[in-house]
Amino acid sequence: MKNRNLRSYSLGADAWRRLLRNRAAVSGLVLLILMVLACVAGPWFSAYTFEEMDLFSANEAPSAKHWFGTDELGRDLMTRTLVGGRISFAVALAATLVSLLIGVTYGGVSGYVGGRLDTLMMRIVDVLYALPFTLLVILLITVFERNLMLLFIAIGAVEWLTMARIVRGQVMGLRHQEFIEACQVLGYSQARILFRHLLPNVLGTVIIYVTLTIPSVMLLEAFLSFLGLGVQPPMSSWGSLIEDGRGAMEDFPWLMIFPGLALFVTLLALNFLGDGLRDALDPRRGGES
Amino acid sequence: MVLPLAKYFSDDQCKLLTDFKADLDESLYARQVAPVIRFFFYRLLFQAVPTLLVLTLLSFMLVRLAPGSPFASEKELSAQTLENLNRAYGLDQPVPVQYVRYLGGVLQGDLGPSLTKPGYSVRELIASALPVSLELGLLALLYALVVGLSLGVLAAIRPNGWGDHFAMSLALLGICIPGFVLGPLLALAFGLKLEWLPVMGWDSPADRILPVISLGSIYAAYIARLARGGMLEELSKDYIRTARAKGLSETRVILGHALRGGIQPVISLLGPAAAGLLTGAFVVEVIFNIPGMGRVIVPAAQNRDQFLVLGCVLLFGGLMVLFNTLVDVVLAWLNPRIRLHKESA
Repeated sequence: MKNRNLRSYSLGADAWRRLLRNRAAVSGLVLLILMVLACVAGPWFSAYTFEEMDLFSANEAPSAKHWFGTDELGRDLMTRTLVGGRISFAVALAATLVSLLIGVTYGGVSGYVGGRLDTLMMRIVDVLYALPFTLLVILLITVFERNLMLLFIAIGAVEWLTMARIVRGQVMGLRHQEFIEACQVLGYSQARILFRHLLPNVLGTVIIYVTLTIPSVMLLEAFLSFLGLGVQPPMSSWGSLIEDGRGAMEDFPWLMIFPGLALFVTLLALNFLGDGLRDALDPRRGGES
Repeated sequence: MVLPLAKYFSDDQCKLLTDFKADLDESLYARQVAPVIRFFFYRLLFQAVPTLLVLTLLSFMLVRLAPGSPFASEKELSAQTLENLNRAYGLDQPVPVQYVRYLGGVLQGDLGPSLTKPGYSVRELIASALPVSLELGLLALLYALVVGLSLGVLAAIRPNGWGDHFAMSLALLGICIPGFVLGPLLALAFGLKLEWLPVMGWDSPADRILPVISLGSIYAAYIARLARGGMLEELSKDYIRTARAKGLSETRVILGHALRGGIQPVISLLGPAAAGLLTGAFVVEVIFNIPGMGRVIVPAAQNRDQFLVLGCVLLFGGLMVLFNTLVDVVLAWLNPRIRLHKESA
């Protein structure tokens, strides 16, 4: 028991050290933190608000006054991009949490209980896996009033499947190990064993998968907003800004390029960080490449 | 293959040998082909049909149990009009009856009427747009496979060489630039500024180039990454060392031996990729003004045309299930262990 604890601790510290040695991963992490900080705090320091119109300075090119230029209503594009980033990050965070909550619980229970229940639960996942989920989200948006909360939940509710499968596989591998037997001998309740002892050991794999979920959630939100099915004007999100900018891109290309760039940089940072985390937390893969 | 048996053996021996070969062929059929066919029907019965049932049930309930009438629009309708409308569309029946009726209609290819385009049935609206989307999707898939596999295999031949770095940088770029950013950028650069390629419509072959690249690039990138990983793993196996040891050329080792195992992760991706291509096509169709499914479903969702969206969901669900089944069969054919595992499960 003591030994095992020591080993897992050093494994975590080791992973962290390996992550910090990975230059791409660190730059991804720094870039991501900067992006989040800019989006959260940036609009407070901006001289403009995201919906403040100034028709006398419409469609201005980037300048010292408006760093990203202005749109056709004279709104400051930088403020709008940063505010849009808040939406993107909020959706990413909320939807990922929802998917984490459902996926980890579902996969954990399925893998730990095993037997018939496991078979049934995994059959359900198999069936759900084959559904066209982007379209189901569109259907949800069609039948309910559009609001952000719904978008968060809908996206999260469709992203948990892979998480459930991964967690189940990991839990199945762990549940016959000695430390779990020890817990059972100590008379801990099943729930306590699952949530306090099994799931923390799955954390590494879960973190890796979270770095994959976040970009796909952000992309889905941007995709929906681009189609006009996500956030509603005058609110902005990267997807809706790109769509707005696309109409005027021949004359005022910055309207499309800056929001697109913001999305690109964020995805790039997440990818670097995700690859780095995978190498750091999974020594087998790290040694390979 | 005709064996030059007569040169070496007597007639009796020849007969014995050809019989033996026939037996072998037959058992080859029994071992290799028959299980795949069995697997296909097994998949169809236990995976495809339940999935479709769940899909219809889930989406239909979602639509019918949602608050608010599908006719609620800007104009206030009188109670009488609403009731008449409900009766005309069969919405006054209990929900289970509606579901069974709808399902019956779907089986006969009737997806109901469009609520926002009076006089058009959902089927007509879909039928006019679907071929365009399918063509766009298939071309993009083809492009993604050709580019992705070439890059992935190229990268795996010399890991950490310049080809690997080049291919993987390109793949990383592809993953970080979604179609709705790439599309407008390509249109701006090659269409509006350089004026090399058209950016509107779907008539000439040249019209296809930019949309297909915009749609397929992200999947080319995924495929390249998966192919590289799969090939690297396969190339490290013992039988590859054997193949090299017996003096096969590197080309044959890679294309003739390793590729079969190495592309399995790619084929597993094809199911999700097909779904992604079909939905990703929506934005590309909007960007390049292509009369495909995106131009049907997006306005339908914005105007809350429930039957139309429902029809599109079912259609794509059906296509996805079909494609997933095909992918599974191909995987089972490539890798016998899968079908054994799944059949016994």
